[in-house]
Amino acid sequence: MTFDPRSFPEAAHEALSNPSLKGVLSRLKTHFALGRAIALSRYGDFEALREVGRAIRDRAIANLDTLLETFETSVTARGGHVHWARDAAEAREVIVGILREAGARTVTKGKSMVAEEIALNPCLEASGMIPVETDLGEYIIQLRKEPPSHLIAPAFHLHKEQVAETFREKHTTLDPARTLDERQALVAEARTMLRASFEAADAGITGANFLSAAEGAAVIVTNEGNGDLTRLLPRTHIVVTGIEKVVADLDEVAVLLRLLTRSATGQEISSYVSVMSGPREREADEGPTAFHVVLVDNGRSKLIGTEAQEVLRCIRCAACLNHCPIYGAVGGHAYGATYSGPIGAALNPGLLGVGIAHHHPNASTFCGRCAEICPVKIPLPKIMRHWRAKEYAEGLAPKASVMGLGLWAFAAKRPALYRVGTRIAARMLKALAGKRGTVRAFPLMQGWFAVRDFPAPKGRTFQELWRNR
Amino acid sequence: MSGRPRVGLFVTCLVDLVRPQVGFAAVKLLEQAGCEAIVPDAQTCCGQPAWNSGADKHATAIARQVVDAFEGFDYVVVPSGSCAGTIKLHYPEVLKDDSAYLPRARALAAKTHELTAFLTDVRGMTSVRAKCAGRACYHDSCSSLREMGTRDQPRRLLHSVQGLSLSELTDREVCCGFGGLFSVKYPDISERMADDKIADVVATGAELLLGGDLGCLLHLAGRMEREGKPVRVRHVAEVLADMADEPALGEAEK
Repeated sequence: MTFDPRSFPEAAHEALSNPSLKGVLSRLKTHFALGRAIALSRYGDFEALREVGRAIRDRAIANLDTLLETFETSVTARGGHVHWARDAAEAREVIVGILREAGARTVTKGKSMVAEEIALNPCLEASGMIPVETDLGEYIIQLRKEPPSHLIAPAFHLHKEQVAETFREKHTTLDPARTLDERQALVAEARTMLRASFEAADAGITGANFLSAAEGAAVIVTNEGNGDLTRLLPRTHIVVTGIEKVVADLDEVAVLLRLLTRSATGQEISSYVSVMSGPREREADEGPTAFHVVLVDNGRSKLIGTEAQEVLRCIRCAACLNHCPIYGAVGGHAYGATYSGPIGAALNPGLLGVGIAHHHPNASTFCGRCAEICPVKIPLPKIMRHWRAKEYAEGLAPKASVMGLGLWAFAAKRPALYRVGTRIAARMLKALAGKRGTVRAFPLMQGWFAVRDFPAPKGRTFQELWRNR
Repeated sequence: MSGRPRVGLFVTCLVDLVRPQVGFAAVKLLEQAGCEAIVPDAQTCCGQPAWNSGADKHATAIARQVVDAFEGFDYVVVPSGSCAGTIKLHYPEVLKDDSAYLPRARALAAKTHELTAFLTDVRGMTSVRAKCAGRACYHDSCSSLREMGTRDQPRRLLHSVQGLSLSELTDREVCCGFGGLFSVKYPDISERMADDKIADVVATGAELLLGGDLGCLLHLAGRMEREGKPVRVRHVAEVLADMADEPALGEAEK
């Protein structure tokens, strides 16, 4: 399988032909969407909360520069270090530099989509270090050398039987007689393996769900506790995250947490919420002695002031993936990018370029369900349309579709000509259908006829019948 | 002045080309609701295919043409949530840089309605004089549901149709996979979505699938014909106007 956004149609086709994936994806509804619906029904006025969340995120993006400076000042005051990375290469360079200086070899990692975005693991390996993913899903896909297929459930594309197979293949110490039929057995097996890495780790890298400017704190939510072991046990802790994650203070974080966990997993709150605000203050304390935050831009700041700006509100809950019929049909890997589903379709053209990620915003029916459920009200279809318009304006849209649209629009702007055209079309399609009720094939619109017939017109248009009534 | 509101019927390009009966059914229903229905000549398409493709110049020109042709009516009624949504929600975006047309587009948007919502919400229609024996289910188009707020209106009217029993789909908020040019550009994803929707329809035991948007219906009927599924497909207006006598969509002439 090639992992490239430009191969979306082929990858989607492959995904659609995978019966195992179909079974897994059918669980999106029961696993996530239902949980969210129940959590919302228990909350009360979730709509009002969404509006508060939207306002918090919009304020943050509008004041991004000053909030980030405040964040840096607060972190520095607590003895931490803030690093700025314009792009993925700079981010990798900064992180490798910190790790080299710390003499790190084993590096534990909490789940971070930004670390995926900047392709951190291959870089750490090339630098002679051993990155170990400690989130169960991330750990599984690291063993399988796969990218994550879902924002919050990276191994969602796998059945538990596939996970058991992976463990048997990769864990050389695993007793073949041991059963791995149950989820608990798989968790226990991963935990045994990870425990050694936690103890050996020289440095820990986590992401951040939010950054709080006033307190200089990074906040993560987890359900496995791996985040705390990753950040607290090693001497060096590095937070890597996007610049847009910052908000004013922890009060605002508290509001966003209510939105995030309910929208993501249907939980009122995740099992762990970790507030990470600097190195240990005294040698006798627990926690890292060095605390670094790497703030990654990588295309985000150039979205500010554009029609795509609202995509920066995202709090990465994955509700849009869980409710998207396209994601639900093809899964995350088909997108060939770190971010999949509606948020990927709205974000990837901005991060990767319209020419690279053009399929993502096009592969949408604009059904609008994503925008309807987004906890911070991102108008996802509107942003996808913006990218389509950019693709069209920059001459990147497929020639055939531009020509087809041009011809059609030429007629649609001339009602008299259009009426002649539709009269001909109505007659021709009826003739093609013959005695059948449908047209089975036609030289144009092959995509339509590949999977369905076209119900035959009656041979006369409404306009002509109306005039002759 | 007759006192009857003058309603401009935006018939939609698909009804015009494929299903004239829906246009006549809409006229009949509008007249039953005490309106005068007028069909302006200068209508082609609402321009949604251009707008959704990012071909903004084409969309702008077509939107201006629709504003010109329809702004003189008391109301504009559309037998499609999708085309109505384009006029009501998207024209003010399409024409946002056109200071002359923007206020006119907004005024047009304010008086544009999806057919069944207009009949019930604006004209207070609570029942229809129609018969149609059989078990039916109703497919909500995404734009009817989310852009136009049409949900209970067609069902309320359908409940008054003699002989018709109406069942509900399990996933009525899920898209059927039409999506305009999406159905042509990504046929195999569209196919999967159609098949999920069709399985939902078949599971209800309905022999008749009704809907307010011909786009979804052509897609679903075309797919069911290809797959040999026995469910008939009609636009809801045909049933409400007691004009469900023609062969259903994709059904051969008798």
